[in-house]
Amino acid sequence: MGHGERTAFENPVIEWIDSRLPIFTMMQKEYGVFPTPKNFNYFWNFGAIAMFMLVTMIVTGIVLAMHYTANTHLAFDSVERIMRDVNGGWLLRYIHMNGASFFFIAVYIHIFRGMYYGSYKRPRELLWILGVAIFLLMMATAFIGYVLPWGQMSLWGATVITNLFSAIPLVGDSIVTLLWGGFSVDNPTLTRFFALHYLLPFVIFAVVFIHVWALHITGSNNPLGIDTKGPQDTVPFNPYYTIKDSFGLVVFLMLYALFIFFMPNALGHPDNYTPANPLVTPAHIVPEWYFLPFYAILRAITFSIDIPFTDITIITAKLGGVIAMFGSILLWFVLPWLDSHPIRSAKFRPVFRYFFLLLLADFIFLGYVGSQPADATMFGLPLSVFGLGATAYYFAFFIVILPWLSKHEKGRELPASIHEAVLAKNKKKAVEISE
Amino acid sequence: MKKTLLSLLAVVTCAYSAPALASGGTEAPPHVHWEFSGPFGTYDRAALQRGLKIYREVCSSCHAVKHLAFRNLTDLGYNEEQVKAIAAEYTVTDGPDEDGEMFERPARPSDRFPSPYPNENAAKAANGVAPPDLSLIVKARHHGANHVFGILTGYEEAPEDHPLADGQHWNKYMPGHVIAMAKPLSNGQVTYEDGTIETVEQYAQDVAQFLAWASEPDLEARKRFGISALIFLAVFAGVMYRLKKAVWKDVH
Repeated sequence: MGHGERTAFENPVIEWIDSRLPIFTMMQKEYGVFPTPKNFNYFWNFGAIAMFMLVTMIVTGIVLAMHYTANTHLAFDSVERIMRDVNGGWLLRYIHMNGASFFFIAVYIHIFRGMYYGSYKRPRELLWILGVAIFLLMMATAFIGYVLPWGQMSLWGATVITNLFSAIPLVGDSIVTLLWGGFSVDNPTLTRFFALHYLLPFVIFAVVFIHVWALHITGSNNPLGIDTKGPQDTVPFNPYYTIKDSFGLVVFLMLYALFIFFMPNALGHPDNYTPANPLVTPAHIVPEWYFLPFYAILRAITFSIDIPFTDITIITAKLGGVIAMFGSILLWFVLPWLDSHPIRSAKFRPVFRYFFLLLLADFIFLGYVGSQPADATMFGLPLSVFGLGATAYYFAFFIVILPWLSKHEKGRELPASIHEAVLAKNKKKAVEISE
Repeated sequence: MKKTLLSLLAVVTCAYSAPALASGGTEAPPHVHWEFSGPFGTYDRAALQRGLKIYREVCSSCHAVKHLAFRNLTDLGYNEEQVKAIAAEYTVTDGPDEDGEMFERPARPSDRFPSPYPNENAAKAANGVAPPDLSLIVKARHHGANHVFGILTGYEEAPEDHPLADGQHWNKYMPGHVIAMAKPLSNGQVTYEDGTIETVEQYAQDVAQFLAWASEPDLEARKRFGISALIFLAVFAGVMYRLKKAVWKDVH
């Protein structure tokens, strides 16, 4: 982004602009010749895919906002007007509605890829931290977005989640009043949520810009987790990764299209097609699927922490749940310091790999627990017991296992360079084919 | 790799949507074979027209379909004259006129179906519980059209140990079994002009299909669009794959 050496462009118009504002030089440097490790697998597509989803959400969202009415008496009907009377309205809304899910799918894969290959480690700590910030902003945006159609799950989901803040000692109730703009989730809540739902995506966009900027300072990690040592390890971003990302994106879009066109409501909840009614509580309030693991952690804490032999409660069960839920994500911010093992990629850390894959299964299981009613059972035991166990493993992984492994895991020998590893792999493949 | 992603997505979808579909304790409604299900399914126009007839003759005395306009009925295979004629059978309140008075006039295709009650309290006063608007009922219930079919065919005598209060009825497929609506359909109640059998099951199927259309009138356009979109994307993906192979040929 600096204004260092600049090679002149042949096209006089481009040259005229570039000599005044070197935007073409920058694009050329950051997306044209940008040296990128040549050994990426398809998990490295999901950054670009997430970016595409963000833009899709912003574009469809702006058009939807032209037709939407943020008023508790009109919001639900205005969404139905979009579905029925606006030209292509159903398409826009289903793209946006399922887009939230697919944005999260892309970002979850992106995050867990980063964890698996140690992309958070030195020198990419800040890049990782910015990513976690983006994830938190996405959660906030998605949550308030789900409130806008003003169905039953909008209202009651909003009521449950905003009520969580009341667990915070001293200021909790004031925070809740501020979120609500009154004393319950009502019209002032809806209007401020709409304003914020329009604002936050642009904040996300800005943080994504910084995230990508940071990426271009350190360069990308790669499946081997070793540094690039020279031009033999890299390929220019264009055309190699522009084409690979495009191919991955189109495959992803096929899955996305499958949902938009053939099961647009499969990821939603039927209750949100019933207009919000403060007098009728749905039997089973569940958040959107992408929040379920965290919802399970919230509900796993059903005990308070007391001072023994007194009536004094230090942390109520509710506050405990809130701390656990937010803590489970805030831990990601310090992940680079919890895991200080010098090897990045799980490929060369078999023990870490084992515990990490267990964490992944644990996270998906937590999602299942979060989707079930509070009184559900499994193998004759209350499901909440399993929820607590899964929550315990989640925290143990970050707080106990990672620091312990950092000190004690020996790890495998690293290849000398990306180039050599790729050559060795190709040779092995060639031998297999000739056999 | 692609396989891993696909199976991951499959696991995630099953884990999250399957439990959401099971509604606690009550038997799942029977699985009707709907013409509109599947990637190529379309609505059966004759069934939709019969369903409209049932809605108009039975359901509409208590249930509104406020998101539907008469003009939408062209989707059912009626021409504009027929739609005009159907609309004209209804009276709507319009105004205020030049003198500031509200007045009544026959409905036009651009009007929405008038609701049976002026407001929710009136609906509640007349029925004990306000009958839900039906324009989105199929999308607002687990099991969708099967649920509607189940409710309409699931009336039974209450078990002995389960006395019902006044205005309560027993339904096999209602979550919690107790429903405020009395059994609305009986054999031969509505006359079909096309010779279709006049049974409760047939009525229930027809009106459930009509309500499925009311919930999702653009279903057919959506699926058509989806087929073209997927074909386009598949071809595009194939081209990109070949291109990617060509570009990467000399690396390594």
